[in-house]
Order: sequence, then C-alpha cells, then structure tokens
Amino acid sequence: MKNAKKEKFFKTEKTPVEPYDEAALLEAQHLTKSFGELKVLNDISEKIYEGEKIAIIGPSGSGKSTFLRCLNVLEDPTDGYVFFEGNNLCNLKVDINLQRRRMGMVFQHFNLFNNMSVLKNITLAPVYVGMHDLRRAKLNNFKIKLLNLFKKKDKKTPLEEISKTAKEIKAEAKANAMRLLERIGLADKADVYPSTLSGGQRQRIAIVRALAMNPKVMLFDEPTSALDPEMVGEVLALIKEVANEGMTMVIVTHEMNFAREVATRVLFMDEGKITEQGTPEKIFGAPESDRLKDFLSKVL
Amino acid sequence: MQNYILANLFTQIGKIFSTQKYMKYVWRGLWNTLYISVCAAVIGLFIGTIVAIIKIQPKTKAWTVPKIICEAYTTVIRGTPMALQLFIMAFAVFAIRGFPLAVTAIIAFGINSGAYVSENIRAGILSVDKGQTEAGRALGVSGGFTMMRIVIPQGMKNVIPSVGNELIALIKETSIVSMVGTVYDLTYVSKLIGAPNELATYLAPMLVSAAFYLLIVYALTLAIKLIERRLRKSEKR
Ligand SMILES: Nc1ncnc2c1ncn2[C@@H]1O[C@H](COP(=O)(O)OP(=O)(O)O)[C@@H](O)[C@H]1O
Ligand SMILES: [Mg+2]
Repeated sequence: MKNAKKEKFFKTEKTPVEPYDEAALLEAQHLTKSFGELKVLNDISEKIYEGEKIAIIGPSGSGKSTFLRCLNVLEDPTDGYVFFEGNNLCNLKVDINLQRRRMGMVFQHFNLFNNMSVLKNITLAPVYVGMHDLRRAKLNNFKIKLLNLFKKKDKKTPLEEISKTAKEIKAEAKANAMRLLERIGLADKADVYPSTLSGGQRQRIAIVRALAMNPKVMLFDEPTSALDPEMVGEVLALIKEVANEGMTMVIVTHEMNFAREVATRVLFMDEGKITEQGTPEKIFGAPESDRLKDFLSKVL
Repeated sequence: MQNYILANLFTQIGKIFSTQKYMKYVWRGLWNTLYISVCAAVIGLFIGTIVAIIKIQPKTKAWTVPKIICEAYTTVIRGTPMALQLFIMAFAVFAIRGFPLAVTAIIAFGINSGAYVSENIRAGILSVDKGQTEAGRALGVSGGFTMMRIVIPQGMKNVIPSVGNELIALIKETSIVSMVGTVYDLTYVSKLIGAPNELATYLAPMLVSAAFYLLIVYALTLAIKLIERRLRKSEKR
C-alpha cells in the first residue's frame, strides 16, 4: 500500500507525444483517465477521419462517456493526448475555447440554458465569439493608431479590417438561429424557455445550438437515453439528417438499429478499452469476442 | 399605578411623533441605518460573490493562495464577534482623525457580511446543474462568461432567501455602531431623544426605534418573498 502510494507520487511522467496523423480529424493517443484509483480509460489510441460516423457501444460504466468527454477535454485526461486538426488539445498553450467552437457536443440531458429563451440559447455562443473578435480587433486597431502617431506618413501600419458591427453580428446570429429553428419546425418556440418544452424538442434545440457554431465534428453522448420512447424518433431523424449532410460524428448510443443504419464504423468499449471495432455489418453480424456477443445478446 | 405608567408611555410616544425635532431625529436615524445597511450589503455581496467563486475553483496550483486567503477570511470573520471587528476597525485600522465613523461601519459590516454571504452564494452556485457549465464550455465560451451569464443568474434564484436573511440580520446588527461613537442611526437617535434634557426617558424612544427596525425587516421579508415568487414564475413561462 505504502509502495503504491509512493509510486503514484513519483510517477508523474507522461507518455511522450507521438507524431499525429495529419489525415485524421481527431486522434486520441494513449488516452488514459483515472478517477482516483479507478482507471476508466486504459490507454486508448484511435483515429477518426473526416466524414466518418462513429458509433460507440458498450456496457454501462465501460467509459464511453468519459472517452467522448476527453475528446473535447471536458474531462482532463490523466495521460495521453487528443489531437484535433493537428492541435494538441492537452497542451495548455492551445486555446481550448477556440478548438471547442469547432466541436459540437450534445448531452444526454440536453443541458439547455434554463435562464435563457430558446433563441438566446442558440445565439449565445455565436454572438459571444463575434463580439469577442470585434473587441479584440478594435483594441488592436487602437494600438495600431497609437503607434502610427509616431510613424512617418508612408510607414503607417494599416488598420485591421472590421467587417461587421456589433449590431450586424447579433442580427446575423439571430437570423441563423431562426433558420435552424425553422428547419426543425420549432420557429414558434423561439421566445419560450426550455422548461416548457418536451424532451424531444429540447434535444433537437440542443443539436441546432451546436450546429449554429458550424462545427467540424459533432459529439453525441446518448442523445436519446433520457427521452420518452415516442420522442426518440424525431431526435434520431434529425441526427440522421445531419449525418447525411456529411458531418463527422461520434455517437455514444444504445440504439443499435440506429448505429447499424448510420454508422460507418462501430467501436465496442469494454472496461476502458476499445476491444473490438469494424463496420456495422461486422460488429452486429459477425462479432468476434465473447464480451461483444454477450453484450449484443442483451441489447438486441 | 401600572395603568399610569402605560398611559404615560403612550403620551411619551405620542410626544415623539408630534414633536418635529424628535421626528427629524427618527427620520435621520432611519435614513442612516438604511444607508449603512445598503452600502454594507452591496460590499458584502460583492466580496461574497468573489470569495464564493474562488472557493469553487479546482484545487490547482494557481488557485492555492487565493483559496487559502478566502478560507482564512471566512474562518476569522465568522469566528469572531461583530462588535469586536467593528471596534478593531474603528479604534485601530481607521483610527484617523476626522475619518467618518459611518464609512468605517460600512466597511466593517460589508467585510463581515461578505463572509456569511459567500457561503450562501457558494451553495447557490453549486446548486446549479454541472451540465449548464459543461454546455457553455463545450460551445467554446470562456469559463468566466459561462459563470457570469449562465451559472450565477441561475444560482441567484436559489440564493435569494438565504442571502435575504443575511441582509436582514445585517440591518439589525448595524445597531452596534452606536456603541462606538456618534453615528445618527436608529439606535443612537433613540438615546438622543431619551436624554435627560430632552424627553428624559429611554423606554418610549427605544420602542419607537424598535418599531422602525421591525418595519424595515418586515417590509424586506415581504419583498424577498415577492421576488422569490416572481423568479419561480419566470422559469415556468
Ligand atoms: N466525475 C467522476 N468521478 C468519479 N468517477 C466517475 C466520474 N465520471 C465517471 N466515473 C466513473 O467512470 C466509469 C465510467 O463512466 P462513464 O464513462 O460514464 O461510462 P459509460 O458512459 O460507458 O456508462 C463509471 O464507473 C463511473 O462511475
Ligand atoms: Mg454514459
């Protein structure tokens, strides 16, 4: 016991970074996550390419959610790295907010902002980003102007171009949000609060909230598990639609039929490892390991 | 005999209300008590919110020192008597000639209530579902912005009753300031009105002051209830 503690104390060295695959959109490298003594992810390495629809299946507690949450570093990996478009998300020098804006995430419990209307839920992040950039550009221009005072006429630094005013940023975000709401047939709910909506409506709004940022990849964590059965269909239909538009997706799901239909690749997770993977035909039609066979016999 | 005392008391109270000079004192006392309480409450809420936010930060290296300072602050302030804190402020820290006692009081009460309020606010922030923060962060919004725009507005709703009670306690506690020196708050003016060369009795003016404290506290209690109900409604809209 004492030795184990000592070992843990001194063993803070991380696995060295390996060169990442430039062709991959997302790459997990030796991903390990422990909660105290509990090792939830055990050295997972996996690459996800653009356009892929990955379904993650596996028994409850096998680490599926944790794996997904490590992909956008909502959960800090204990060891290993995540690369997104060549950026090491575990490197503290990488601005994680900038990266997350291009990774949409949809949660089991929707997590719509309860204190904001549906419209505000969708526009919050786009407006935040727009205003943030605007403020940065203005500050930069102010600095340039100040420095230009001391420069000769022909040597002045040109100002940074500001293409949109604050008003335009907000109007654009609103128009985009309304377009998305119309697409899912909920435009009339723009001004209501999330608590008045059904689970299916909330989850569809959560999905378009993520889409409003134009992400490169969408991460879904059991998007239909908290829904009443009659609402599962509408949410899956929307996800399928987004998939057909070519979005790269990682979906943790218990909907095996959906996985079979939409996924280009299925990962089976068991005890913190991806123990088997392949096309849906292979995973569902010709499972190899006993664990997967056992799991499928229970859920199918 | 007893009837006589009671009748006398009523005449004395009547005299306070009918004498312009005494009523001026009362209004002035009411105003100063409210003024000190409100200013101290604002300072307290400000300090309390900051301390609460620091206390809920993860236990990383960068937060170690701020966390220790906040922990020490709440422990010391909540573990020592308010009167003593005020004495230290008035007779040591701000023992500067001409430094207004009202300002010293505002600072002392503000610092004091900050320690109590911080615990309530912390509980309020923690009562907000973690998923709200995660949703904000997953969208690429900064932690600070998520906290200010999503978590704190929701936490405040849960905090209003308990923070309201702290503020009520604060209003009553400001009466200690009259022990330190000359601040014309509700308690102090009751002493003035009852002085030998004025009304020459303390019971009546002190009852009047007490009634005004009660009035403020009662009004505030009602207001808090009203706000609470409003907020709960807005969530169901
Ligand atoms: N924040 C946490 N603290 C401690 N243990 C956790 C935490 N999150 C998850 N776990 C544990 O990690 C294991 C895997 O969890 P999870 O990734 O949610 O599994 P799955 O999504 O496959 O059901 C579970 O045993 C769970 O109890
Ligand atoms: Mg899960």
